[in-house]
Amino acid sequence: MRFLLDAEQRAFTGSLDKMLTAADTPAVVRAWSRGVHAAGRALWSRIAEAGVFALAVPGSRGGLGPLPVELAAAFVELGRHAVPGPLVETATAAVLLAGLPEPGPAGRLVPALLSGEALATVAWTAPYALDGDTADVRLTVTGEGLRLAPGHGPVRPSLDPARRLTPLDPGGELLLTGPPPARALVYARLCTAAQALGVGEALLDRTVTYVRQRTQFGVPVGSFQAVKHRLADAKTGLEFARPLLFGAALTLDPADVAAAKVAAGEAAYATARAALQAHGAIGYTAEYDLSLWLTKARVLRAAWGDPDSCRTEVLRGAGRR
Amino acid sequence: MHSAADEAFRAEARAWLRAHVPAEPPPSLETEEGFAAHRAWEAELAADRWSVVDWPARYGGRDAGLVRWLLFEEEYYAAGAPGRVGQNGVSLLAPTLLAHGTEEQRARVLPPMATGEVVWAQAWSEPEAGSDLASLRSRAVRVSGGWLLSGQKTWSSRAAFADRAFGLFRCDPDAERPHLGLIYLMFGLRAPGVTVRAIARLDGRPAFAELFLDEVFVPDADVIGEPGDGWRIAMAAAGNERGLMLRSPGRFLAGADRLHRLWRARGEPESARARVADALIGARAYQLFAWAAASRLAEGGSLGPESSMNKVFWSEYDIALQETALDLLGPEGEAADTEWAERYVFALAGPLYAGTNEIQRDIVAERLLGLPKGRRG
Ligand SMILES: Cc1cc2nc3c(=O)[nH]c(=O)nc-3n(C[C@H](O)[C@H](O)[C@H](O)COP(=O)(O)OP(=O)(O)OC[C@H]3O[C@@H](n4cnc5c(N)ncnc54)[C@H](O)[C@@H]3O)c2cc1C
Repeated sequence: MRFLLDAEQRAFTGSLDKMLTAADTPAVVRAWSRGVHAAGRALWSRIAEAGVFALAVPGSRGGLGPLPVELAAAFVELGRHAVPGPLVETATAAVLLAGLPEPGPAGRLVPALLSGEALATVAWTAPYALDGDTADVRLTVTGEGLRLAPGHGPVRPSLDPARRLTPLDPGGELLLTGPPPARALVYARLCTAAQALGVGEALLDRTVTYVRQRTQFGVPVGSFQAVKHRLADAKTGLEFARPLLFGAALTLDPADVAAAKVAAGEAAYATARAALQAHGAIGYTAEYDLSLWLTKARVLRAAWGDPDSCRTEVLRGAGRR
Repeated sequence: MHSAADEAFRAEARAWLRAHVPAEPPPSLETEEGFAAHRAWEAELAADRWSVVDWPARYGGRDAGLVRWLLFEEEYYAAGAPGRVGQNGVSLLAPTLLAHGTEEQRARVLPPMATGEVVWAQAWSEPEAGSDLASLRSRAVRVSGGWLLSGQKTWSSRAAFADRAFGLFRCDPDAERPHLGLIYLMFGLRAPGVTVRAIARLDGRPAFAELFLDEVFVPDADVIGEPGDGWRIAMAAAGNERGLMLRSPGRFLAGADRLHRLWRARGEPESARARVADALIGARAYQLFAWAAASRLAEGGSLGPESSMNKVFWSEYDIALQETALDLLGPEGEAADTEWAERYVFALAGPLYAGTNEIQRDIVAERLLGLPKGRRG
């Protein structure tokens, strides 16, 4: 019985963290938000090289997995570093496509996704797909089945400037008739929960650093109890979401994953609110890097299952037991 | 998720509890007759060595370790077994004696604690020393062969009916800082010089008491550790109180399950849906957090200031759960003679005792986040 990451898993996330720290992700996010993708794609290749997109794909299809615990740990790091792009969607597309029979488009697309050569997006639980204008592979899931969309509609901005919302064109090649495996949705949720937790961690870290150094009334604002207590609550929320995330990665039970999604999403969002408040006006500016995480914490709450639908899943799961 | 041997232990506990848990819950342990009934229950548990499963066998335990203790607790609460009257001693004094006591003290104090024969109260707080506990003024004066205690203690849980108490006293009024110069010791609640006055809590039950001490003699054998070292020793135990030992996840898993069943029985009202789901999520989070902590301890780590986070989590969680239940009950929620009402009144005190949540948040902020100390103390 183990409820902690082992040495190998810690080494993996540690090296990912190091690589992302060196990559100056804030600059990459800002370029990505302006529609300049070169740096983002270069970073993407390195993330793929580290094996991140292969973690959910079985070895028989060229992947490394399924390794859901490692996948969750990797997505915490991606969130912590605010890496832009359809990360969850590419991992999910890899799961969807790897589930299809080998000859056919999947045989060609899966290796491209795993190597980082291609980015994918998926329209499934929302009326649009994330970054459909940047993605090379666009999948739509409807009642009828799974399709390779021929193109995308007009781009709408997101509350998070690093994300773009794109409806996908109807039609295109039908890859699968009937509903795709529920497992793919479970992976999408797990990755989103992990990313949210990482976003929350980054927000708290940066806020703690800030309030230790910003002074008012002659003392650091971090010595004021009202500030401390709000950050202590943020810490508590994040630390109790973490075991849910890794517990869900172990079971991959839809109710467990939904619980992790609610807890991580809410904890990250509460942390974002606390972070903004503790920063004062500078936190409200787009030029200050905190904004990169602040806006993401809000949108990840609703991505791949909003709190309400996830709570429904939790209640359904408890009814089953 | 657990080994076959652990699951076998769980099954053994479950079978025992199924055969022994009384069908009718005993009266509240905050009443005199309830206290006696709960004492008898401790003895019944102890007879088959289920009262302190994680203790060494020579003191009445099973050497079961933390993991099996957690499993036992899950089964205990799932079975609807009675509250534990020996809790103060078992979760606070016993770990202290195991870490800092003498072998003579352990052999003398622990076995009757395990059977409920001697029930212990915690005598830390004073009228002028609550959150600022180190400012306490009750004193211990050196005499031949021991110490004389004088002063006043208050809010001592279950002291109205308990047998003995452990607490902090000032033995060196000239010490440089208030945290130094304290002594940690044990004394009898019916010893000469002790007056116990029960205090009614919100629902009128005598849940705690104040203690007036007038030259109460304590032999050297009842001093824990060195005189002057009391604060350090007591604080090591306080982590236990806030952390897992006081509130194992089993209690909240059972509570969330009860709440979910109540919600369903009431026709699944939409107004409480999110809160019921959050109760299920919170219980699971607490359970997995505990398992992670157990893994860390098994690998030689310690809990430390994490238990403050733990305490804030469970105390807020408990209130939210009980409030949701009362809301679901509607007008019936007002009735005070239900287990829901009792649990609600009990939960309300959670953010106060074992160090208020304000103090715990300070600890989280300062010791886990590294924020600067404020102007306190
Ligand atoms: C049900 C129950 C059982 C108890 N059982 C025991 C027992 O068995 N043994 C025992 O010794 N004690 C016991 N206590 C006492 C408990 O430990 C104290 O109530 C607690 O430490 C708080 O002290 P106080 O009540 O004097 O409140 P105070 O210290 O007077 O605090 C009043 C308010 O001010 C806040 N406050 C104080 N200082 C600060 C600060 N620095 N920053 C922010 N806020 C602050 C507190 O958080 C609180 O909200 C029990 C209490 C209850 C309610």
